[in-house]
Amino acid sequence: MEFSNKYIIGFALALCLVCSLAVSTTAVVLKDKQDANALLDMQSQILRVAGLIDANAKPTSEEATAMFTSIKALKVSPTTGEILGEMEFNPKNLIKASKDASLSSATSSESATKARVSRIPNHLMVLQVTDPGNECYVFLLWGNGLWSTMYGYIALESDLETVKGITFYEQGETAGLGGEIVNPNWTSQWPGKKVFDEEGNVALTVTKFGQVKKPSNQVDGISGATITSVAVGNTMLTWLGDEAYGKFLKAEGK
Amino acid sequence: MKKETKDILLGPIHLKNPITLQVLGICSALAVTTQLQPALVMSAALMFVLVGSNVTISMLRNKIPGSIRVITQLAIIASLVILADQIMKAYLFEVSKQLSVFVGLIITNCIVMGRAEAFAMANPPAKAALDGIGNALGYSVILIIVGFFRELLGSGKLLGHVVMPTVNNGGWYNPNGLMVLSPGAFFIIGLFIWAQRTYSQELVEEN
Repeated sequence: MEFSNKYIIGFALALCLVCSLAVSTTAVVLKDKQDANALLDMQSQILRVAGLIDANAKPTSEEATAMFTSIKALKVSPTTGEILGEMEFNPKNLIKASKDASLSSATSSESATKARVSRIPNHLMVLQVTDPGNECYVFLLWGNGLWSTMYGYIALESDLETVKGITFYEQGETAGLGGEIVNPNWTSQWPGKKVFDEEGNVALTVTKFGQVKKPSNQVDGISGATITSVAVGNTMLTWLGDEAYGKFLKAEGK
Repeated sequence: MKKETKDILLGPIHLKNPITLQVLGICSALAVTTQLQPALVMSAALMFVLVGSNVTISMLRNKIPGSIRVITQLAIIASLVILADQIMKAYLFEVSKQLSVFVGLIITNCIVMGRAEAFAMANPPAKAALDGIGNALGYSVILIIVGFFRELLGSGKLLGHVVMPTVNNGGWYNPNGLMVLSPGAFFIIGLFIWAQRTYSQELVEEN
């Protein structure tokens, strides 16, 4: 069948219009629900790492929001460790800020280079959990593993030295090997580890499988996933070090 | 069921299977099959897109100008994929997180465009819908088989439930690391093709 050029252009325009209408309508209609899901997911991760809910608990949106009222998002300066006030709870903004040269500073430490964290936001978010009996602090962090950027949280007890828990909420490491960083059997090694060694240096790291020499600071890596394990360690050194949360930990700790 | 209907619907499951015979859609068959659940959801998403695109394209088949035929098919497929992705993000958030980019990559799944071009452009909507269901089933069967073995042998679980407790968790099963990597899927698909051709000798090429 032969079609005129006019028909072809008209057909293409009509097709584009119909397709874009369908796509944009769904996007707009479902946006609230998607945002709610994403927020609930984020909140649940933090509640879990802070020990407010069980590892497998699935709170509803209302429950999570209610529990979140006991959590304050503090705005912290990485250069001085001072608390500059409170800020909106929005991890995505921090990740975005680290990609914007006017809102972040370049890193220079060896661990940051290894974990490929090239910039740290100029304002960090520290979540202070004030729930009685569960007081702790939660820190957002990220770093590159073998394949992907791993995004997670670490919770420290109110002494700002002892690990309370750790979680990775987004990662694309090899399932079954590096992907085991989300396995509760592995993350359960973390609670009780100390961030600093006797000299007061940041020493919380992950070793190659079976090579832990300082059990108070080192976490055993995953067998068959040395690159991912070591990358998690470097991520910790970077974020708990002086270029990120380190000064805050020292200023507010103990 | 009439013979023709049966051929369109059930043919792609065995004798005209898109993965094992036409070797289409291999990329996603490797990527989403480390566990059974994402394989199931991926199959459902592909069925939605394939039936939707086949029916839409078949309804428009006499209106689509030949010169912009392929881009028209692509626009329709891409829109459907975005719909599927959006719906999953709203109602199946956990799984959509696991599948991440692979839902989006249904656009590039050769089965979808292959069926649009080879079947939907030449047949009425009802038949095209059956063809879509059939091919999606053929794809799903392979994905589910591969996902079943990879999850079972690679992590000792099925749909997240422990079947064989692994050594890491204090059990007895030492998981097969190959199964969690993409080459594991190649081996399973290869073995499946071998079994299929041994069973149905007519599939073996002369030379």
